[in-house]
Amino acid sequence: MQSPHTISVDLSRERRKKWRTTRLAWGLLLPSMIFLAIFTFYPIGYSVYMSLFKNNMSTVMTGPKFIGFQNYVTLFTKDTIFTQSFINNLIVAVVIVPVSIALAVGMAIFANKVKLGKGAVRVSFFYPTLLPMVAVANIWLFIYTPMYGLLGYINSSWRFLGHPDTVLGALIVMLIWKQAGYVMIFYISGLQNINYELYEAARIDGANSRQTFLRITWPMLKPTTLYVMIITLTNAYKMVDHLYIMTKGGPGNASNMLLFYVYQKAFDQSNTGVASAITVVLISLLLIITCVHFFTQDRKIFYA
Amino acid sequence: MSTVKLTPKRVRAAAWKMTPGKFFSYLFMYLFALLCVIPLIWMVRTAFIPQEQALDLFAVAWPTLTNFTRIWGAAVWGNYYVNTILIVSGVLLMQFITITMAGYAFARLNFYGKNVLFILFLTQIMIAADVLILPNYKTISAMNLSNTLLGAMLPFFASAMGTFLMRQTIKTIPYELEEAAKVDGCSLFRLIMQIYLPLLVPGFIAHGLIAASYQWNNFLWPLIVINSVSKRPLTVGLAIFAMSYETGAQWSDVCAATFLVVGPLLVLFLIFQKRFIESFAYSGIK
Repeated sequence: MQSPHTISVDLSRERRKKWRTTRLAWGLLLPSMIFLAIFTFYPIGYSVYMSLFKNNMSTVMTGPKFIGFQNYVTLFTKDTIFTQSFINNLIVAVVIVPVSIALAVGMAIFANKVKLGKGAVRVSFFYPTLLPMVAVANIWLFIYTPMYGLLGYINSSWRFLGHPDTVLGALIVMLIWKQAGYVMIFYISGLQNINYELYEAARIDGANSRQTFLRITWPMLKPTTLYVMIITLTNAYKMVDHLYIMTKGGPGNASNMLLFYVYQKAFDQSNTGVASAITVVLISLLLIITCVHFFTQDRKIFYA
Repeated sequence: MSTVKLTPKRVRAAAWKMTPGKFFSYLFMYLFALLCVIPLIWMVRTAFIPQEQALDLFAVAWPTLTNFTRIWGAAVWGNYYVNTILIVSGVLLMQFITITMAGYAFARLNFYGKNVLFILFLTQIMIAADVLILPNYKTISAMNLSNTLLGAMLPFFASAMGTFLMRQTIKTIPYELEEAAKVDGCSLFRLIMQIYLPLLVPGFIAHGLIAASYQWNNFLWPLIVINSVSKRPLTVGLAIFAMSYETGAQWSDVCAATFLVVGPLLVLFLIFQKRFIESFAYSGIK
């Protein structure tokens, strides 16, 4: 039997060793932490702080004026552009997520099975992911241009980008084209991780392809789907570069998005207070999305 | 009766029967793949066809570089290329250092505060720099770095995604290798440089391809930070070049310019197609 004395010595030696490791680990993490602190944590707090001030062209002489939550109240009750952007963002998210996922699953199953031109099929599905949004915007602006555009050859009177009822739909089609191939990649590796013996068992039991998909493939892809949902949902709030080229948020803000509205408020109108408040709304939305996911679902998606 | 061994190939072959349903769904997917490439084909065609024939859908002509020679003088594309390459390589270089160090700590060391720090890193994935353009612009201005390439790079020097990717990669390396090296009196620096680095190359390639395409394509941030023409990266240069045509009549020019920006990336992608796709998949596997 060991005496209590030796145990405590062992413990403190153990603890000292752990402190040594801790010093090393923190040293290794320090460079990353410095940049995270300056460009992720501080700006989050700073946005919250700035959002409580009136800070626009009218306060240039007097300096920012503390107004509490007034910026938020104005945003949600009076600012129709904000409400419009908020709803647009919601529509884009609600449409893009399920449609990209459905298309991506189909594309992945096809790209996995197909024998003739497998590489070409994958490339044609995936390449839009790699194009800069700005380039994509140029290409699609050309496609949508009345008369001269690609769609103009079908019907020269189509003006999808010029009409408030169709502009969001037209942009959504482009966004889906841009990201479905990216989502497909995750499903391809998801499919390859499914044990083929499951399919063999289904075949012996005489399951048809619809049953096989609904009872085996889709349930086995659930972890992939959860991961992909987060990516596509958060992307729906980040993809705005195309607006700069294609519509500037118009016509009449029919295609505006929250992040683009931040850009307009902050850098076109120099209204830092309101722009900060919209930033905080965006941060909260992204936090809610990821937290709901992180705390309700399978943690394996983030942990090893 | 002889038993047949099950292999994925045999199972698939046994399940394979061409039915009308299958035929049409294949046909549909091939057509869909074609549909996805049409925008690219059309852009490339417009870039290389003589301007006079560009708007005639059925015009056939030898590819020509006249559109490129015409636009080359209209903007400082050479500068844009250099700036983009500088930004991409600067960010990658710094990220490789920070993510290797942090990835090693998370993969191998058991230390106080590990979980808290892990969550703090996660924040960067949840709230990406894309959303924080306004406060980060204030910070960069306060540092006197606005209108510099360093200012365009700085917010990306740490990467949580990259850190987690390196953590995964390091975890696949047998710990015995490290222990053996330590027993032989190997220092931490040598351990990283000589034992780990060669084994980490796949992780670097995966992260490198993803981060490089992100930086190559990044737009809003450099648009805000950089305001002198000669310091613009390709995306900002392209956007401002394309915006200078209000009427949209100059599609040959815009497509040629677009091709200048996406060309190198597409060529790289076609050469390393498998690597690219694997890298993007690898980043998502947890």
